[in-house]
Amino acid sequence: MTTAELNPTDEVRRSTGAIRGSDVFGILGAAVAAISLSAWLMTQLEIFQGFLPFVGFAYAFFVVIYGVVTRFDESGMAVRDRLVAVLVHSLAVVLMLALVWVVGFTFFSGFLPLLHLNFFTSDMSSAGPLDPLTRGGILHAIAGTLIMVTIALSISIPLGVATAVYLSEFPGRYSRVIRTVVEAMTALPSIVAGLFIYATVILILGFPRSGFAASLAITVMMLPIIIRSSDVVLRLVPSGLKEASQALGSSRWRTVWHVVLPTARSGLTTAIILGTARGVGETSPVLLTAGITTFFNFNPFSGPMISLPLATYTFVKSPEDNFIARGYGSAAVLMLLVLVLFIVARLIGGRGPGVLSGRQLRRRLQQSRVDDYRFRARELGVAAPSPVAPRPTDPLPRRRRRRVTTGSSS
Amino acid sequence: MTDTFTDVLEAPQPVPPTDDKPRSLKAKADRSDLPFRIGTRTAASGVLAIMLLVGIFLLIQGGQALTADGPIKFLTTQSWEPNSGVFGIAAVILGSIFIALTAIFFAVPLATGTALYISEYAPRQIKQGLITLVDLMAAVPSVVYGLWGLKALQPNILNVSQFIATWFGWIPIFHVDGFDSSDPLSSPTIFTASTFVIGLVVGMMVAPITCSIMREVFTQAPIGEREGALALGATRWGMIRQVVIPFGRGGMIGGTMLGLGRALGETIAVALIVSPIYQIQPQILKSGTSTISALIALRYSESSPFEISALMAAGLALFVLTLIVNFGASLIIARSRSGASSD
Repeated sequence: MTTAELNPTDEVRRSTGAIRGSDVFGILGAAVAAISLSAWLMTQLEIFQGFLPFVGFAYAFFVVIYGVVTRFDESGMAVRDRLVAVLVHSLAVVLMLALVWVVGFTFFSGFLPLLHLNFFTSDMSSAGPLDPLTRGGILHAIAGTLIMVTIALSISIPLGVATAVYLSEFPGRYSRVIRTVVEAMTALPSIVAGLFIYATVILILGFPRSGFAASLAITVMMLPIIIRSSDVVLRLVPSGLKEASQALGSSRWRTVWHVVLPTARSGLTTAIILGTARGVGETSPVLLTAGITTFFNFNPFSGPMISLPLATYTFVKSPEDNFIARGYGSAAVLMLLVLVLFIVARLIGGRGPGVLSGRQLRRRLQQSRVDDYRFRARELGVAAPSPVAPRPTDPLPRRRRRRVTTGSSS
Repeated sequence: MTDTFTDVLEAPQPVPPTDDKPRSLKAKADRSDLPFRIGTRTAASGVLAIMLLVGIFLLIQGGQALTADGPIKFLTTQSWEPNSGVFGIAAVILGSIFIALTAIFFAVPLATGTALYISEYAPRQIKQGLITLVDLMAAVPSVVYGLWGLKALQPNILNVSQFIATWFGWIPIFHVDGFDSSDPLSSPTIFTASTFVIGLVVGMMVAPITCSIMREVFTQAPIGEREGALALGATRWGMIRQVVIPFGRGGMIGGTMLGLGRALGETIAVALIVSPIYQIQPQILKSGTSTISALIALRYSESSPFEISALMAAGLALFVLTLIVNFGASLIIARSRSGASSD
């Protein structure tokens, strides 16, 4: 009605943010009240002791008080909404804090042995139970882990990816059966995988415990994980790409090799790396099949071999403080290894199928330019240049033996 | 009149099909595809064979122990002394189940809350980071969790156990024999290595796995239905309750069961913390329990051939138990509305 209201410059922009001042005060007030109340319960009434019960009580009081405070000026529906929001936020925070606690505790406790270089460069054969941290190390466990995982990967990658390709390329009753079995095996208890290899390789075939047997156990455990996640990734490849390739006349094999696998490469790499991270950290299959040693052993086929998680387990079970410290140290190294694998997986696998990094895009463009040149050379009837030369300058260096289908020169 | 109309409206006689047989849609396989098909099929069959052999070999190896006293006795005996002929998995299998249930009791609320937070509440900027963190948590080796549970969590959690035993000891499962709350000098070691502590550690391990399955189905809840609920005046919780959770129910149950399967089979974290006893322990706060996997991990080394056979039979029981749980989980996930694409 008044001119001031119609004047757009005088209009105050409304905030669409969800947080209001009263909300913040409500939360803060409830928090202060809850903490004070539970502190009183703990110090004066002594109903409970310790930090964790204190946090639990304070949290319960906070939820109740916050609900009551909100009820003063909101409807019941809004109160329920707020309370659920508090609950969801706090559960997420608890899980994240637990992760930080686990990782932080491992690195903090395992820090001391990591300061000594010999921890990485020598094995435990020369270190007695009472030796300080300046003697002995976990080189044998690091080498053992790397050897076992390499063997396990060299079996499970071809087998796993081929199976995943079969599942996605040849759907039918048989592949459905395989998919069901593999999915059920994803949660195969790792100790059962160890027992299986123990029963077959060691008891029936009569081989002694060795790094190779442990690799087989890790393979049995890793295979379903790799197959399952590769299968998911392969099914994400757009069917338009496959159909285009087949419409151009290429066979199924060529379609898979040149279209499906390159498109899904980043996802496949992620699947494999995450499977590796699980395999690296597994203790129980190795415990049953590898044996325990303090010596550096480079040969997976003879003699016992130890891995990082198994070393951690045996160190920690010892009563000596220095051994326990070494156990923390190996756990920290193991954690570091898993972290590195994980970061690499994220760096590679952050993109969807067919999305390229800058370098891949440049390479792809270059390849496409070379192809274009080759086709044009073929049309003109001149020999195609060798594909390695990125930008051929002389189009007529030599004839190719392959028959050129178009053009007058043939 | 009507006749003429019907004449006009009468449909023209269709051309009689002469030799219009349905064409065969069977594509003739390319010659170069044959090796490809055979190769991948062989690989897949090999994987299937390995997976089936796991069960078969455990059965063969465990057969000696299973037939010694009969499977019924094997399932109902509590103690584990294979060399004197008295052994059975009643105590350890119940220990596994109790620990797994405790783990699920802690893991499911944590996982549901975190999954809802990531899919519904988290700001867009940190969403991807949180997903990575949860996945990372799932990749942390179990020996690290065990170490953390043994050295970091257990000393801090004993107060909680003591509190529950003091105030809720009248509930049978929270009762602890030999604990007197009025005795100030009573040692808290009666609460160490209990089902509660181990279950909590295992719960922390399975929560991320359950969480990532739940998050996946929650984020797939159709945006149209969400916006419809909000447009009708639902609060955020109302929208979650009416749209997101009904949509993701199959994934929630399936994820929970997958977590349960993982919890049943967890070995090293349990073996590090546990102080094994071989009788049924219904008091979840009291020290001493055992699981099948911990039994195998702790007893395999000093075993005679017959004991190994008994361990294999125990492993077979664990294998069958987890298979049932996992098959159930994948059935439920596949049958749910969101299951079609939630692998």
